[in-house]
Amino acid sequence: MTKSRSSEDLTRVLRGLAPPRAAARAAASAASTRFAETVMATNLADVAFWTAASPIGDLLVAVTPKGLVRVGFADEPRDEVLGELAREVSPRILESAAATDEVRRELDEYFTGGRIRFDVKVDRRLIHGIAREVLTATRRVPFGRTTTYGELAARIGKPKAARAVGNALGSNPIPIVIPCHRVLRTGGALGGYAGGLARKERLLTLEGVSLRRS
Amino acid sequence: MRQPGASAPIPPFQDFLAANRTPVYRFLVAAVGPGDADDCFQETFVSALKAYPRVTEAERLDRWVLTIASRKALDHHRARNRQPIPTQDALDLADAPVHQPADGDAPLWAAVAALPPRQRLAVVHRHAFDRSYAEIAGLMGCTEQTARANVSLGVRALREMMA
Repeated sequence: MTKSRSSEDLTRVLRGLAPPRAAARAAASAASTRFAETVMATNLADVAFWTAASPIGDLLVAVTPKGLVRVGFADEPRDEVLGELAREVSPRILESAAATDEVRRELDEYFTGGRIRFDVKVDRRLIHGIAREVLTATRRVPFGRTTTYGELAARIGKPKAARAVGNALGSNPIPIVIPCHRVLRTGGALGGYAGGLARKERLLTLEGVSLRRS
Repeated sequence: MRQPGASAPIPPFQDFLAANRTPVYRFLVAAVGPGDADDCFQETFVSALKAYPRVTEAERLDRWVLTIASRKALDHHRARNRQPIPTQDALDLADAPVHQPADGDAPLWAAVAALPPRQRLAVVHRHAFDRSYAEIAGLMGCTEQTARANVSLGVRALREMMA
């Protein structure tokens, strides 16, 4: 570079100021991991999420500073779950292992048999209307026990609202931790489950509930 | 339901970050040098995150974040220029993780680092990333004419420095 250059030469070298894509991609990925750590440490994000492996498939867990706000099953599309959180909570959503650590540990302990109740705080902002009462009552159903849609309706003082109770349970944004899988049809049939009946059965079996085959 | 013609919903920040981190990083390496790109990257995305819920044009997020990055690069150069120590981009290259230009490129980096900040940025946008003058004007918050002038002054100065 000691001799003078033609202008094509100069513009060609200037192109070289941009680093190669492959190397930049790795460096940018490392930089954004550091960024996420800083952000979590300074509470700048409104929602943190992570995908956790479990015996009933991957679970997307999302937390806010108030607590666990969403648990998504593997067959719920990630983009839909995150899109809903962006609309209803905040678009300031970041992936973070650290911020979801407590929830993931409790879920692990639940699945491996050491935990019969969750201590993690719950953020109920995705729960609206009658579902608030229904899911609050559902949280009181202990590990290994079941109730029915009708009983739950009676417990919230709306004995004729079994169907509305079923719908409210189906809209549970925080399954497993709010144990809507413990609610069965009168007579012992499984009823419904947003995560699919196979998962409901698996969770109940894990809790030692013997199911009546229909 | 969204109104017809209303802009698309803002994507989750994580997806925005994943889509834009590499272009922003590449721009910043060229704009402030490999040694300082990371700091400017952090500042760019922290600013973006703070302002994110107020974003209205979800389709233009790539340009929006590059505008922020351009501003951070300028702030960075201004802060440096207030310090007595000269810019060290060429030396920073020695332990830069990303970009290991051949030894022959060191004079180019030194020359680019010696440009006035706005000229350096304009030259980088134009010649390292092939952006149009209209785009550069948008990213740097100036007129197209000013963008053009900054590019040509910068290129002329580089040619003189490297002659």
